Amino acid sequence: MKTFRLGGIHPQENKFSAGKKIQIAELPKQVVIPLSHYIGSPSEAVVKKGDLVKVGQLIGKANGFISANVHSSVSGKVNKIDVQLDASGYKRPAVFIDVEGDEWEETIDRSTELKRDCNLTKEEILAKIKDAGIVGLGGATFPAHVKLSPPPGKKADILIINAVECEPYLTCDHQLMLEKGDEILVGITIIMKALGVTKAVIGVENNKKDAVAHLSKLAANYPGVEVQALKVQYPQGGEKQLIDAVIRRQVPSGRIPIEVGAVVQNVATTYAIYEAVQKNKPMVERVMTITGKDAPNPGNYLVRLGIYLSHVVDMAGGVPAGTGKIVGGGPMMGRSLMNLNVPMAKGSSGVLFIKDEESVRKPIQNCIRCAKCVTVCPMGLEPFLLMNQSERNMWPEMETNRTMDCIECGSCSYTCPSNRPLLDYIRYGKSTVGGIIRNRAAK
Amino acid sequence: MDKLIISPAPHIHGGDSVSKNMTGVIIALIPALLAGLYFFGLGALVVTVTAVLACVLFEFLIQKYLLKSESSIMDGSAALTGLLLALNLPSNIPVWMVIAGSLVAIGIGKMSFGGLGNNPFNPALVGRVFMLISFPVEMTTWPRPVPFATTYLDAETAATPLAILKSHSGELPSTMDMFFGNMGGSLGEISAVAILIGLAYLLIRKIITWHIPVSILATVFVFAGILHLANPEAYASPVVHLFTGGLLLGAVFMATDYVTSPMNPRGMLVYGVGIGLITVIIRNFGAYPEGVSFAILIMNGFTPLINTYIKPRRFGEKAK
Amino acid sequence: MNLILLSLLTLGIVGAVSAVILYFVAKKFHVYEDPRIDQVEAALPAANCGGCGYPGCRGFADACVKADTLDGLLCPVGGNETMAKVADILGKTAVAAAPTVAVVRCGGTCDHRPRMNEYDGVKHCFIAHNLYSGETGCSWGCLGLGDCEVSCEFDAIHVNPITKLPEVDEDKCTSCGACVKACPKLLIELRKKGPKSRRIYVSCRNEDKGHITRKACDVGCIGCSKCEKTCPHEAITITNNLAFIHDDKCKLCRKCVEVCPTNAIVELNFPPRKVKTEEVAAEA
Repeated sequence: MKTFRLGGIHPQENKFSAGKKIQIAELPKQVVIPLSHYIGSPSEAVVKKGDLVKVGQLIGKANGFISANVHSSVSGKVNKIDVQLDASGYKRPAVFIDVEGDEWEETIDRSTELKRDCNLTKEEILAKIKDAGIVGLGGATFPAHVKLSPPPGKKADILIINAVECEPYLTCDHQLMLEKGDEILVGITIIMKALGVTKAVIGVENNKKDAVAHLSKLAANYPGVEVQALKVQYPQGGEKQLIDAVIRRQVPSGRIPIEVGAVVQNVATTYAIYEAVQKNKPMVERVMTITGKDAPNPGNYLVRLGIYLSHVVDMAGGVPAGTGKIVGGGPMMGRSLMNLNVPMAKGSSGVLFIKDEESVRKPIQNCIRCAKCVTVCPMGLEPFLLMNQSERNMWPEMETNRTMDCIECGSCSYTCPSNRPLLDYIRYGKSTVGGIIRNRAAK
Repeated sequence: MDKLIISPAPHIHGGDSVSKNMTGVIIALIPALLAGLYFFGLGALVVTVTAVLACVLFEFLIQKYLLKSESSIMDGSAALTGLLLALNLPSNIPVWMVIAGSLVAIGIGKMSFGGLGNNPFNPALVGRVFMLISFPVEMTTWPRPVPFATTYLDAETAATPLAILKSHSGELPSTMDMFFGNMGGSLGEISAVAILIGLAYLLIRKIITWHIPVSILATVFVFAGILHLANPEAYASPVVHLFTGGLLLGAVFMATDYVTSPMNPRGMLVYGVGIGLITVIIRNFGAYPEGVSFAILIMNGFTPLINTYIKPRRFGEKAK
Repeated sequence: MNLILLSLLTLGIVGAVSAVILYFVAKKFHVYEDPRIDQVEAALPAANCGGCGYPGCRGFADACVKADTLDGLLCPVGGNETMAKVADILGKTAVAAAPTVAVVRCGGTCDHRPRMNEYDGVKHCFIAHNLYSGETGCSWGCLGLGDCEVSCEFDAIHVNPITKLPEVDEDKCTSCGACVKACPKLLIELRKKGPKSRRIYVSCRNEDKGHITRKACDVGCIGCSKCEKTCPHEAITITNNLAFIHDDKCKLCRKCVEVCPTNAIVELNFPPRKVKTEEVAAEA
């Protein structure tokens, strides 16, 4: 069975919430919709205190190239625009809306009926995706329309749909594939049209056999789309790893996937694109997983943006006793949350409760030079060396040792028998070296 | 916990630890140790116990009284050094020499560089080579193996096959004897089959990768084979080279020592080939009948250089 | 005997040939260097801290020799005294600069800022800063993990284990600026040392609105602008809900200290106040 060719680990999957039907989270009294995104510049608020808004109404306008529109996820009155602690760990601007009823914009088609045909042109599709504020839902929240508009001179020949969900615990994409298979496939045909490609592959890890079977059956009706089961291996969901696994092309260092003719989109993003293009529905909600070893009721929830995570967690039975750490996202790449009073954002794929005894790191020991970090690194780097150089502020050496290739998957820290914080230091070095490179480019 | 913990990703750990790896290697050495006990009896037991206890004790004392640092004897690395040292010694060597060797192995080979992870040379081999140079007679007089041996100091001695080759006198043991270990030699190196069982265990537990042992053995086989083809009279067949002396023990357990071997597969291959070449050169052209220890120590010295100049295959690099 | 002679002879010849080669190579690749660079370098404190903005003391010496005037060139470690020596060597005039010292603009001790989370990563401010805003409710304040302490070559700044805030040792601080660069929260500033080391500064960097700051910390600047109105010398400005005292205008009258509702303005090395406020208009 196919997988990527370099490194990789296989952590315990712990997919407790697999197969749990997507439940719809109730609306709270107030939502706080973040205006900033994980990357790129924050959006500009276009509403003010006291304005009445409907679901799907634009409240934040994209500001700059890598930025996305933000829409209201509820109907009600704007209470204020203020800063709010979000999943990034910082206080950032957000729109506070008091919920009144649930009134949607008239243009949005709320029926569940499948709308298969799309007669729009390439430009119209891209414009719709852009207006709907769709970003990559895998976690990096890169604006989808930017990714679907290759730079001039570059042409994609294949679309790869990232349905790997290689992070342990998370199941939201898995469940979405089981429940919205047809919608996802229509979404794929729309993206194929926008890109002008005739071939698309859905990469699914083989621990989701039911999803592979379900999508394969449906894909027979969609020419050019096929489903590829992949060997379970973390970090297969990394863009470059997935391309390597599916079509055996390796994106060279410092380049983007389009250079090898591939465009990768997350499966949840594909579903959002379907809704945006076919149903005129902007990005106002997403599916997330609430899970953990002791979680009373692990499950998948459809949550409107801006709802406090605490509200959703209460719905799922609350925080289990003995929780030492709460992670927003998966255990390998998610961010630990300061508290649950953070709003749901476009990139929130899950809430994970980690037990007391697992949340504290074990004491750091000497590096025994076992080279396991080198063996597992999916980018062929030497984490032990990068960490040493980062500790000693050896930035030029770090650059020659390709620290910028690091995808921050965490396989090295996960594997290290001496519990060394390899990735912490590499991330530090990466941000410093990145700054040096940007300065040099600016000169 | 009253406060939520904040830490950078990843939030889970694979559960691997230094002591798990060290214990794994010790378990892998058990077949070789049993073979030694079977053929050399009580003497093997005395040497092994002395070396292990001495290494652990010296590490404890040095850390407690000289370095005044936290004790790390529980991670099993000192015990492993002791065990490896013992397996490289003749079973009838006086106990005080074993203790002296242990002191050099731990004191000079390991702690003087800053303990586990910082030593450039394999501590067990440092101890062994120190003993080989200091006590040449005792280190090269091996008792004749007697199955189910029970006596301590065997009066009868036996030359190793390599010494027989070197001096061109006496008769080599049969290939079967070499394979199972019925021949003269250090107590852990005689039984090829026991060491191969250990290798299989190490590979299955993923404690080591195949690169180092395979490259060493293949190089020895090929290089010795070429010499043998060129002049069968002067040079022994590659099979003899593979199964005799410390080659297997060295290739599987000594050369693969984490701290002193290169850190990526390509480097490991270069390192292994280097060890193989030097071993055959010393065995066939050098003054000593056996050269694995020296070969490994020499390549240990090259390890930092290999790490600097030979990089792992990067993602996106064109496959050669 | 023969052997000894032979060895002596061989080695002697090898030595002689090498010497000749070395001589010509040295001639061929000789680079002229102003001898004054060495002299200036000898006068410098050899701390190689980079506080002057040049790579090490030699780089600074080179810059001094090449510069037309010594204006703007200052060795923060050696101070005016060293610069005078340098000026002597080069026959230029030294420009005296007011001595400065590092101050930490955060007063959020553990009592003032309750800890809400526990950090369990590498003890490194920059890494923690990349991760989140800090253990307390204040996103601007000190993380207390000691990057400044590590960066200091002069052992002049230490994190107090009780308050978890760094404290500057004025006698040791050479104002080289290493800690200023090291702090990811930009809390450390080089300020005029002031007469008798007396200084007044706003010990806060929080740019949040007042009500948010107030919730997070007892001694944060809430941007109320009382100090700005009180200051008779127009030395205080408020930008982004945060007051800043310009040390070139401040006359150390201490009026702002009295009006600050949150005690965010700190005075250092002043004599204890009399019951009635003394009007100090100390001039340097």
